[in-house]
Amino acid sequence: MQDDPVMRVIAKVLIPSVMLFALYVQFHGDYGPGGGFQAGVIFAAAFILNATIFGLNRGRHAWPARANLLAICLGVLLYGGTGVATMLLGENFLNYNALSDDPIAGQHLGILLVELGVGITVAAVMVSLFFTFAGRLTHIRLMRKTDTAEPDTAQQEGLGNE
Amino acid sequence: MSGFVVNAVLIFFLVLIAFLALRLHRLFAMVMLSGAFSLVAAALFVVLDAVDVAFTEAAVGAGISTVLALATLSLVPVEEKPHKVAIIPAFIALTTGVLLALAVTDLPKFGAADAPIHNYVAPDFISGSENDIGVPNVVTSVLASYRGYDTLGETVVIFTAAIAVLLIIGGWTRDRRRVSKQAEDDHAG
Amino acid sequence: MSSLLDAFLGQWNYFLVILLMMIGFYAVIARGNMVKKMVGLNIFQTSVFMLYISMGKISEGTAPILTGDAATVYSNPLPHVLILTAIVVGVATTAVGYALIIRIQESFDTIEDDDIILLMEDETEDAQ
Repeated sequence: MQDDPVMRVIAKVLIPSVMLFALYVQFHGDYGPGGGFQAGVIFAAAFILNATIFGLNRGRHAWPARANLLAICLGVLLYGGTGVATMLLGENFLNYNALSDDPIAGQHLGILLVELGVGITVAAVMVSLFFTFAGRLTHIRLMRKTDTAEPDTAQQEGLGNE
Repeated sequence: MSGFVVNAVLIFFLVLIAFLALRLHRLFAMVMLSGAFSLVAAALFVVLDAVDVAFTEAAVGAGISTVLALATLSLVPVEEKPHKVAIIPAFIALTTGVLLALAVTDLPKFGAADAPIHNYVAPDFISGSENDIGVPNVVTSVLASYRGYDTLGETVVIFTAAIAVLLIIGGWTRDRRRVSKQAEDDHAG
Repeated sequence: MSSLLDAFLGQWNYFLVILLMMIGFYAVIARGNMVKKMVGLNIFQTSVFMLYISMGKISEGTAPILTGDAATVYSNPLPHVLILTAIVVGVATTAVGYALIIRIQESFDTIEDDDIILLMEDETEDAQ
Protein backbone atom coordinates (compact mmCIF):
# COMPACT_ATOMS: atom_id res chain seq x y z
CA MET A 1 0.00 0.00 0.00
CA GLN A 2 3.04 2.27 0.19
CA ASP A 3 2.53 3.55 -3.37
CA ASP A 4 -1.10 4.51 -3.12
CA PRO A 5 -1.27 8.33 -2.82
CA VAL A 6 -4.88 8.30 -1.59
CA MET A 7 -4.01 5.99 1.27
CA ARG A 8 -0.91 7.97 2.22
CA VAL A 9 -2.66 11.34 2.27
CA ILE A 10 -5.64 10.02 4.21
CA ALA A 11 -3.36 8.27 6.69
CA LYS A 12 -1.38 11.46 7.26
CA VAL A 13 -4.57 13.33 8.11
CA LEU A 14 -6.06 10.47 10.10
CA ILE A 15 -3.14 9.39 12.30
CA PRO A 16 -2.74 12.66 14.28
CA SER A 17 -6.50 12.97 14.74
CA VAL A 18 -6.76 9.39 15.99
CA MET A 19 -3.99 10.10 18.51
CA LEU A 20 -5.68 13.31 19.63
CA PHE A 21 -8.95 11.44 20.03
CA ALA A 22 -7.16 8.81 22.12
CA LEU A 23 -5.83 11.53 24.44
CA TYR A 24 -9.34 13.02 24.70
CA VAL A 25 -10.77 9.62 25.60
CA GLN A 26 -8.01 9.10 28.15
CA PHE A 27 -8.38 12.36 30.02
CA HIS A 28 -12.10 12.88 29.56
CA GLY A 29 -12.87 9.40 30.88
CA ASP A 30 -13.95 10.85 34.24
CA TYR A 31 -16.79 12.81 32.66
CA GLY A 32 -17.96 10.74 29.72
CA PRO A 33 -17.53 7.28 28.27
CA GLY A 34 -13.88 6.35 28.03
CA GLY A 35 -10.84 5.62 30.12
CA GLY A 36 -7.47 3.98 30.01
CA PHE A 37 -8.46 0.74 28.30
CA GLN A 38 -10.25 2.39 25.37
CA ALA A 39 -7.69 5.18 25.00
CA GLY A 40 -4.83 2.69 24.92
CA VAL A 41 -6.45 0.66 22.18
CA ILE A 42 -7.25 3.74 20.08
CA PHE A 43 -3.72 5.08 20.51
CA ALA A 44 -2.35 1.72 19.38
CA ALA A 45 -4.69 1.78 16.37
CA ALA A 46 -2.95 4.96 15.17
CA PHE A 47 0.43 3.19 15.16
CA ILE A 48 -1.05 0.09 13.52
CA LEU A 49 -2.50 2.29 10.76
CA ASN A 50 0.90 3.91 10.35
CA ALA A 51 2.57 0.53 10.00
CA THR A 52 0.01 -0.88 7.56
CA ILE A 53 0.16 2.16 5.25
CA PHE A 54 3.86 3.03 5.38
CA GLY A 55 5.33 -0.42 5.90
CA LEU A 56 6.49 -2.36 8.92
CA ASN A 57 9.99 -0.90 8.99
CA ARG A 58 8.82 2.70 9.18
CA GLY A 59 6.20 1.62 11.68
CA ARG A 60 8.90 0.10 13.88
CA HIS A 61 10.91 3.28 13.53
CA ALA A 62 8.01 5.30 14.96
CA TRP A 63 7.68 2.95 17.97
CA PRO A 64 11.00 1.22 18.72
CA ALA A 65 10.90 -2.20 20.37
CA ARG A 66 13.00 -1.14 23.35
CA ALA A 67 10.79 1.84 24.15
CA ASN A 68 7.83 -0.46 23.75
CA LEU A 69 9.07 -2.92 26.37
CA LEU A 70 9.80 -0.04 28.73
CA ALA A 71 6.28 1.35 28.19
CA ILE A 72 4.65 -2.03 28.89
CA CYS A 73 6.43 -2.18 32.25
CA LEU A 74 6.05 1.53 33.01
CA GLY A 75 2.25 1.38 32.88
CA VAL A 76 2.01 -1.47 35.40
CA LEU A 77 4.65 0.22 37.59
CA LEU A 78 2.73 3.50 37.53
CA TYR A 79 -0.41 1.68 38.66
CA GLY A 80 1.33 -0.30 41.38
CA GLY A 81 3.43 2.74 42.32
CA THR A 82 0.31 4.78 42.97
CA GLY A 83 -0.81 2.06 45.36
CA VAL A 84 2.55 2.00 47.12
CA ALA A 85 2.54 5.80 47.36
CA THR A 86 -0.82 5.75 49.12
CA MET A 87 0.58 3.14 51.51
CA LEU A 88 3.63 5.30 52.26
CA LEU A 89 1.30 8.22 52.96
CA GLY A 90 -0.35 6.10 55.65
CA GLU A 91 -3.52 4.86 53.97
CA ASN A 92 -4.51 1.49 52.53
CA PHE A 93 -3.16 0.24 49.22
CA LEU A 94 -4.87 2.17 46.38
CA ASN A 95 -6.85 4.41 48.75
CA TYR A 96 -6.39 7.67 46.88
CA ASN A 97 -7.76 9.85 49.69
CA ALA A 98 -4.19 10.04 51.00
CA LEU A 99 -2.83 11.69 47.86
CA SER A 100 -4.16 15.13 48.75
CA ASP A 101 -5.56 17.02 51.74
CA ASP A 102 -8.95 17.12 50.07
CA PRO A 103 -10.21 13.52 49.62
CA ILE A 104 -12.04 14.34 46.38
CA ALA A 105 -8.95 15.97 44.87
CA GLY A 106 -6.96 12.92 46.00
CA GLN A 107 -9.43 10.60 44.33
CA HIS A 108 -9.22 12.64 41.11
CA LEU A 109 -5.44 12.51 41.10
CA GLY A 110 -5.37 8.81 41.91
CA ILE A 111 -7.86 7.91 39.18
CA LEU A 112 -5.91 10.03 36.67
CA LEU A 113 -2.61 8.30 37.50
CA VAL A 114 -4.10 4.82 37.52
CA GLU A 115 -5.94 5.32 34.23
CA LEU A 116 -2.75 6.71 32.70
CA GLY A 117 -0.91 3.58 33.78
CA VAL A 118 -3.60 1.36 32.27
CA GLY A 119 -3.55 3.42 29.05
CA ILE A 120 0.23 3.22 28.64
CA THR A 121 0.31 -0.53 29.22
CA VAL A 122 -2.63 -1.30 26.94
CA ALA A 123 -1.31 0.90 24.11
CA ALA A 124 2.19 -0.59 24.28
CA VAL A 125 0.86 -4.15 24.53
CA MET A 126 -1.44 -3.77 21.53
CA VAL A 127 1.28 -2.21 19.37
CA SER A 128 3.79 -4.89 20.35
CA LEU A 129 1.25 -7.67 19.67
CA PHE A 130 0.67 -6.29 16.17
CA PHE A 131 4.39 -5.90 15.42
CA THR A 132 5.14 -9.38 16.73
CA PHE A 133 2.45 -11.03 14.60
CA ALA A 134 3.20 -8.98 11.48
CA GLY A 135 6.96 -9.36 11.90
CA ARG A 136 6.85 -13.15 12.17
CA LEU A 137 6.98 -13.70 8.39
CA THR A 138 10.10 -11.56 7.93
CA HIS A 139 11.63 -13.22 10.96
CA ILE A 140 11.13 -16.69 9.45
CA ARG A 141 12.51 -15.59 6.09
CA LEU A 142 15.60 -14.18 7.79
CA MET A 143 16.08 -17.41 9.73
CA ARG A 144 15.88 -19.29 6.43
CA LYS A 145 18.40 -16.99 4.82
CA THR A 146 20.95 -17.49 7.59
CA ASP A 147 20.36 -21.25 7.36
CA THR A 148 21.11 -21.55 3.62
CA ALA A 149 24.75 -22.47 4.30
CA GLU A 150 23.50 -25.62 6.05
CA PRO A 151 21.74 -28.46 4.17
CA ASP A 152 18.45 -26.92 3.26
CA THR A 153 15.63 -28.57 5.14
CA ALA A 154 13.88 -25.33 5.80
CA GLN A 155 12.38 -25.28 2.32
CA GLN A 156 10.29 -28.33 3.11
CA GLU A 157 8.85 -26.81 6.22
CA GLY A 158 5.78 -25.25 4.69
CA LEU A 159 4.88 -21.75 5.65
CA GLY A 160 1.27 -21.88 4.56
CA ASN A 161 0.45 -19.32 1.95
CA GLU A 162 3.19 -16.84 1.44
CA MET B 1 -40.94 -0.53 24.01
CA SER B 2 -39.02 0.59 20.92
CA GLY B 3 -35.83 0.08 22.90
CA PHE B 4 -36.88 -3.48 23.56
CA VAL B 5 -37.59 -4.12 19.85
CA VAL B 6 -34.19 -2.72 18.80
CA ASN B 7 -32.54 -4.86 21.46
CA ALA B 8 -34.43 -8.01 20.39
CA VAL B 9 -33.61 -7.50 16.70
CA LEU B 10 -29.92 -6.76 17.34
CA ILE B 11 -29.42 -9.83 19.51
CA PHE B 12 -31.16 -11.92 16.85
CA PHE B 13 -28.70 -10.53 14.26
CA LEU B 14 -25.87 -11.44 16.61
CA VAL B 15 -26.98 -15.07 16.74
CA LEU B 16 -27.45 -15.10 12.95
CA ILE B 17 -23.94 -13.76 12.30
CA ALA B 18 -22.42 -16.23 14.75
CA PHE B 19 -24.22 -19.11 13.05
CA LEU B 20 -23.10 -18.03 9.56
CA ALA B 21 -19.51 -17.53 10.74
CA LEU B 22 -19.54 -21.07 12.09
CA ARG B 23 -20.70 -22.50 8.74
CA LEU B 24 -18.07 -20.76 6.59
CA HIS B 25 -15.05 -22.75 5.48
CA ARG B 26 -13.09 -19.74 4.24
CA LEU B 27 -11.31 -18.39 7.27
CA PHE B 28 -10.83 -14.88 5.84
CA ALA B 29 -14.56 -14.45 5.35
CA MET B 30 -15.12 -15.90 8.82
CA VAL B 31 -12.75 -13.42 10.44
CA MET B 32 -14.44 -10.51 8.67
CA LEU B 33 -17.80 -11.80 9.88
CA SER B 34 -16.48 -11.98 13.42
CA GLY B 35 -15.50 -8.30 13.07
CA ALA B 36 -19.08 -7.54 12.03
CA PHE B 37 -20.23 -9.62 15.00
CA SER B 38 -18.26 -7.39 17.36
CA LEU B 39 -19.70 -4.27 15.77
CA VAL B 40 -23.27 -5.52 16.22
CA ALA B 41 -22.38 -6.49 19.79
CA ALA B 42 -21.14 -2.94 20.39
CA ALA B 43 -24.43 -1.53 19.08
CA LEU B 44 -26.28 -3.88 21.41
CA PHE B 45 -24.19 -2.72 24.38
CA VAL B 46 -25.25 0.87 23.63
CA VAL B 47 -28.91 -0.17 23.65
CA LEU B 48 -28.32 -1.90 26.99
CA ASP B 49 -26.87 1.36 28.45
CA ALA B 50 -23.31 0.06 28.67
CA VAL B 51 -21.64 2.88 26.73
CA ASP B 52 -18.15 2.25 28.07
CA VAL B 53 -18.38 -1.43 27.23
CA ALA B 54 -19.65 -0.61 23.73
CA PHE B 55 -16.71 1.73 23.22
CA THR B 56 -14.26 -0.97 24.25
CA GLU B 57 -15.95 -3.68 22.20
CA ALA B 58 -15.92 -1.47 19.07
CA ALA B 59 -12.24 -0.60 19.50
CA VAL B 60 -10.98 -3.99 20.66
CA GLY B 61 -13.34 -6.56 19.15
CA ALA B 62 -13.92 -5.00 15.76
CA GLY B 63 -10.49 -3.38 15.52
CA ILE B 64 -7.51 -5.01 17.22
CA SER B 65 -8.74 -8.58 17.38
CA THR B 66 -9.68 -8.61 13.67
CA VAL B 67 -6.23 -7.23 12.83
CA LEU B 68 -4.57 -9.94 14.95
CA ALA B 69 -6.67 -12.68 13.34
CA LEU B 70 -5.78 -11.41 9.86
CA ALA B 71 -2.10 -11.30 10.79
CA THR B 72 -2.40 -14.93 11.94
CA LEU B 73 -4.14 -15.91 8.70
CA SER B 74 -1.19 -14.56 6.71
CA LEU B 75 0.86 -17.36 8.29
CA VAL B 76 -1.56 -20.32 8.32
CA PRO B 77 -3.75 -22.04 5.67
CA VAL B 78 -6.87 -19.99 4.92
CA GLU B 79 -9.15 -22.90 4.02
CA GLU B 80 -10.67 -25.12 6.65
CA LYS B 81 -10.91 -28.84 6.01
CA PRO B 82 -14.55 -29.74 5.28
CA HIS B 83 -16.27 -31.16 8.34
CA LYS B 84 -19.43 -33.13 8.91
CA VAL B 85 -21.77 -32.15 11.72
CA ALA B 86 -20.40 -33.88 14.80
CA ILE B 87 -23.25 -35.58 16.64
CA ILE B 88 -21.82 -35.93 20.14
CA PRO B 89 -20.56 -32.33 20.49
CA ALA B 90 -23.87 -31.07 19.06
CA PHE B 91 -25.72 -33.15 21.65
CA ILE B 92 -23.52 -31.84 24.47
CA ALA B 93 -23.98 -28.23 23.35
CA LEU B 94 -27.73 -28.74 23.02
CA THR B 95 -28.04 -30.34 26.46
CA THR B 96 -26.06 -27.56 28.09
CA GLY B 97 -28.26 -25.02 26.33
CA VAL B 98 -31.50 -26.67 27.42
CA LEU B 99 -30.32 -26.91 31.03
CA LEU B 100 -29.29 -23.26 31.03
CA ALA B 101 -32.61 -22.25 29.45
CA LEU B 102 -34.43 -24.03 32.30
CA ALA B 103 -32.24 -22.20 34.79
CA VAL B 104 -32.84 -18.85 33.10
CA THR B 105 -36.59 -19.03 33.69
CA ASP B 106 -35.79 -18.47 37.38
CA LEU B 107 -33.98 -15.20 36.67
CA PRO B 108 -35.84 -11.94 37.33
CA LYS B 109 -37.55 -10.46 34.28
CA PHE B 110 -35.26 -8.58 31.89
CA GLY B 111 -35.07 -4.89 32.83
CA ALA B 112 -36.81 -5.30 36.21
CA ALA B 113 -35.71 -2.54 38.58
CA ASP B 114 -36.29 -4.67 41.70
CA ALA B 115 -33.95 -7.49 40.68
CA PRO B 116 -31.50 -8.49 43.44
CA ILE B 117 -28.50 -7.34 41.40
CA HIS B 118 -29.67 -3.71 41.64
CA ASN B 119 -30.26 -3.72 45.38
CA TYR B 120 -26.91 -4.33 47.04
CA VAL B 121 -23.77 -2.42 46.04
CA ALA B 122 -24.96 -0.59 42.91
CA PRO B 123 -26.88 2.20 44.71
CA ASP B 124 -23.87 2.75 46.99
CA PHE B 125 -21.57 3.01 44.01
CA ILE B 126 -23.86 5.51 42.29
CA SER B 127 -24.29 7.76 45.34
CA GLY B 128 -20.65 7.30 46.39
CA SER B 129 -19.38 8.27 42.99
CA GLU B 130 -21.09 11.61 43.42
CA ASN B 131 -20.26 12.29 47.07
CA ASP B 132 -16.96 10.53 47.86
CA ILE B 133 -15.19 10.58 44.51
CA GLY B 134 -16.76 13.41 42.53
CA VAL B 135 -16.47 11.66 39.17
CA PRO B 136 -19.62 11.78 37.03
CA ASN B 137 -18.82 8.58 35.11
CA VAL B 138 -19.71 5.88 37.63
CA VAL B 139 -17.98 3.20 35.55
CA THR B 140 -14.66 5.05 35.80
CA SER B 141 -14.96 5.57 39.54
CA VAL B 142 -15.83 1.91 40.18
CA LEU B 143 -13.12 0.72 37.78
CA ALA B 144 -10.28 2.83 39.11
CA SER B 145 -11.20 3.43 42.73
CA TYR B 146 -13.73 1.01 44.25
CA ARG B 147 -12.38 -1.97 42.34
CA GLY B 148 -8.81 -0.74 41.94
CA TYR B 149 -7.35 -4.09 43.00
CA ASP B 150 -9.31 -5.86 40.29
CA THR B 151 -8.14 -3.47 37.59
CA LEU B 152 -4.54 -3.79 38.76
CA GLY B 153 -4.89 -7.54 38.34
CA GLU B 154 -6.35 -7.15 34.85
CA THR B 155 -3.50 -4.84 33.84
CA VAL B 156 -1.00 -7.41 35.04
CA VAL B 157 -2.83 -10.10 33.02
CA ILE B 158 -2.48 -7.97 29.86
CA PHE B 159 1.19 -7.41 30.69
CA THR B 160 1.71 -11.15 31.14
CA ALA B 161 -0.08 -11.97 27.88
CA ALA B 162 2.18 -9.56 25.99
CA ILE B 163 5.29 -11.12 27.53
CA ALA B 164 3.97 -14.60 26.65
CA VAL B 165 3.36 -13.65 23.02
CA LEU B 166 6.82 -12.06 22.78
CA LEU B 167 8.38 -15.24 24.20
CA ILE B 168 6.40 -17.56 21.90
CA ILE B 169 6.77 -15.79 18.56
CA GLY B 170 8.83 -12.70 19.32
CA GLY B 171 11.98 -14.22 17.86
CA TRP B 172 13.91 -14.18 21.13
CA THR B 173 15.80 -17.35 20.36
CA ARG B 174 19.45 -18.22 20.66
CA ASP B 175 19.68 -17.12 17.01
CA ARG B 176 18.45 -13.67 17.79
CA ARG B 177 21.82 -12.02 17.38
CA ARG B 178 22.38 -13.80 14.09
CA VAL B 179 18.94 -12.78 12.81
CA SER B 180 19.19 -9.17 13.85
CA LYS B 181 22.65 -8.95 12.29
CA GLN B 182 21.23 -10.32 9.06
CA ALA B 183 18.42 -7.76 9.24
CA GLU B 184 20.96 -4.96 9.61
CA ASP B 185 22.93 -6.28 6.63
CA ASP B 186 19.77 -6.39 4.56
CA HIS B 187 18.88 -2.89 5.60
CA ALA B 188 22.31 -1.57 4.70
CA GLY B 189 22.47 -3.51 1.46
CA MET C 1 -51.35 -18.02 27.41
CA SER C 2 -50.45 -14.37 27.08
CA SER C 3 -48.71 -14.52 30.43
CA LEU C 4 -46.55 -17.36 29.09
CA LEU C 5 -45.70 -15.32 25.98
CA ASP C 6 -45.00 -12.36 28.24
CA ALA C 7 -42.63 -14.47 30.32
CA PHE C 8 -40.89 -15.71 27.18
CA LEU C 9 -40.46 -12.19 25.77
CA GLY C 10 -39.34 -10.99 29.20
CA GLN C 11 -36.46 -13.47 29.07
CA TRP C 12 -35.84 -13.09 25.32
CA ASN C 13 -32.32 -11.71 25.82
CA TYR C 14 -31.32 -14.56 28.09
CA PHE C 15 -32.63 -17.23 25.70
CA LEU C 16 -30.78 -15.77 22.73
CA VAL C 17 -27.64 -15.41 24.82
CA ILE C 18 -27.89 -19.14 25.52
CA LEU C 19 -28.30 -19.83 21.79
CA LEU C 20 -25.18 -17.78 21.17
CA MET C 21 -23.34 -19.71 23.85
CA MET C 22 -24.39 -23.02 22.25
CA ILE C 23 -23.02 -21.90 18.87
CA GLY C 24 -19.71 -20.86 20.40
CA PHE C 25 -19.47 -24.00 22.53
CA TYR C 26 -20.15 -26.25 19.54
CA ALA C 27 -17.46 -24.47 17.50
CA VAL C 28 -14.94 -24.93 20.30
CA ILE C 29 -15.52 -28.64 20.88
CA ALA C 30 -16.52 -29.87 17.39
CA ARG C 31 -14.36 -28.01 14.92
CA GLY C 32 -10.80 -29.15 14.30
CA ASN C 33 -9.48 -25.95 12.80
CA MET C 34 -7.76 -23.94 15.50
CA VAL C 35 -8.51 -20.48 14.12
CA LYS C 36 -12.16 -21.50 14.07
CA LYS C 37 -11.89 -22.71 17.65
CA MET C 38 -10.56 -19.27 18.63
CA VAL C 39 -13.46 -17.50 16.88
CA GLY C 40 -15.85 -19.92 18.59
CA LEU C 41 -14.26 -19.06 21.91
CA ASN C 42 -14.78 -15.36 21.17
CA ILE C 43 -18.46 -15.97 20.42
CA PHE C 44 -18.79 -17.91 23.67
CA GLN C 45 -17.08 -15.06 25.52
CA THR C 46 -19.36 -12.43 23.97
CA SER C 47 -22.41 -14.45 25.02
CA VAL C 48 -21.24 -14.31 28.63
CA PHE C 49 -20.63 -10.55 28.32
CA MET C 50 -24.14 -10.15 26.92
CA LEU C 51 -25.63 -12.06 29.88
CA TYR C 52 -23.91 -9.80 32.39
CA ILE C 53 -24.84 -6.57 30.61
CA SER C 54 -28.46 -7.74 30.12
CA MET C 55 -28.72 -8.33 33.86
CA GLY C 56 -27.48 -4.81 34.59
CA LYS C 57 -30.09 -3.15 32.38
CA ILE C 58 -33.06 -1.39 34.01
CA SER C 59 -36.03 -0.53 31.79
CA GLU C 60 -36.34 3.25 31.35
CA GLY C 61 -32.88 3.54 32.92
CA THR C 62 -29.98 5.39 31.37
CA ALA C 63 -26.21 4.97 31.07
CA PRO C 64 -24.46 5.30 34.47
CA ILE C 65 -23.05 8.77 33.88
CA LEU C 66 -24.36 11.14 36.52
CA THR C 67 -26.66 13.86 35.21
CA GLY C 68 -27.10 15.71 38.48
CA ASP C 69 -30.85 15.07 38.41
CA ALA C 70 -31.87 13.03 41.46
CA ALA C 71 -34.84 11.41 39.68
CA THR C 72 -32.73 9.73 36.98
CA VAL C 73 -32.63 5.93 37.02
CA TYR C 74 -29.21 4.50 36.16
CA SER C 75 -28.47 1.01 34.93
CA ASN C 76 -26.21 -1.05 37.15
CA PRO C 77 -22.57 0.06 36.62
CA LEU C 78 -20.94 -2.98 38.24
CA PRO C 79 -21.40 -5.48 35.34
CA HIS C 80 -20.11 -2.79 32.97
CA VAL C 81 -16.86 -2.53 34.90
CA LEU C 82 -16.38 -6.29 35.04
CA ILE C 83 -17.05 -6.75 31.32
CA LEU C 84 -15.02 -3.74 30.23
CA THR C 85 -11.85 -5.21 31.70
CA ALA C 86 -12.82 -8.73 30.56
CA ILE C 87 -12.98 -7.60 26.93
CA VAL C 88 -9.44 -6.20 26.96
CA VAL C 89 -8.10 -9.20 28.86
CA GLY C 90 -9.98 -11.39 26.37
CA VAL C 91 -8.17 -9.92 23.40
CA ALA C 92 -4.81 -10.26 25.15
CA THR C 93 -5.38 -13.94 25.87
CA THR C 94 -6.74 -14.45 22.32
CA ALA C 95 -3.42 -13.08 21.07
CA VAL C 96 -1.58 -15.73 23.11
CA GLY C 97 -3.82 -18.34 21.47
CA TYR C 98 -3.03 -17.06 17.99
CA ALA C 99 0.69 -17.03 18.81
CA LEU C 100 0.45 -20.70 19.82
CA ILE C 101 -1.43 -21.45 16.57
CA ILE C 102 1.40 -19.86 14.57
CA ARG C 103 3.98 -21.99 16.39
CA ILE C 104 1.88 -25.13 15.80
CA GLN C 105 1.67 -24.29 12.10
CA GLU C 106 5.45 -23.88 11.96
CA SER C 107 6.10 -27.21 13.71
CA PHE C 108 3.39 -29.42 12.19
CA ASP C 109 2.53 -27.59 8.97
CA THR C 110 -1.16 -27.87 9.77
CA ILE C 111 -3.67 -26.33 12.19
CA GLU C 112 -6.29 -29.11 12.02
CA ASP C 113 -6.17 -31.00 15.29
CA ASP C 114 -6.94 -34.48 13.83
CA ASP C 115 -4.00 -34.11 11.40
CA ILE C 116 -1.75 -33.15 14.31
CA ILE C 117 -2.87 -36.24 16.25
CA LEU C 118 -2.05 -38.43 13.21
CA LEU C 119 1.39 -36.83 12.86
CA MET C 120 2.14 -37.38 16.55
CA GLU C 121 1.03 -41.03 16.34
CA ASP C 122 3.38 -41.51 13.38
CA GLU C 123 6.20 -40.02 15.39
CA THR C 124 5.65 -42.36 18.34
CA GLU C 125 5.52 -45.37 15.96
CA ASP C 126 8.77 -44.27 14.37
CA ALA C 127 10.37 -44.01 17.76
CA GLN C 128 9.45 -47.59 18.70
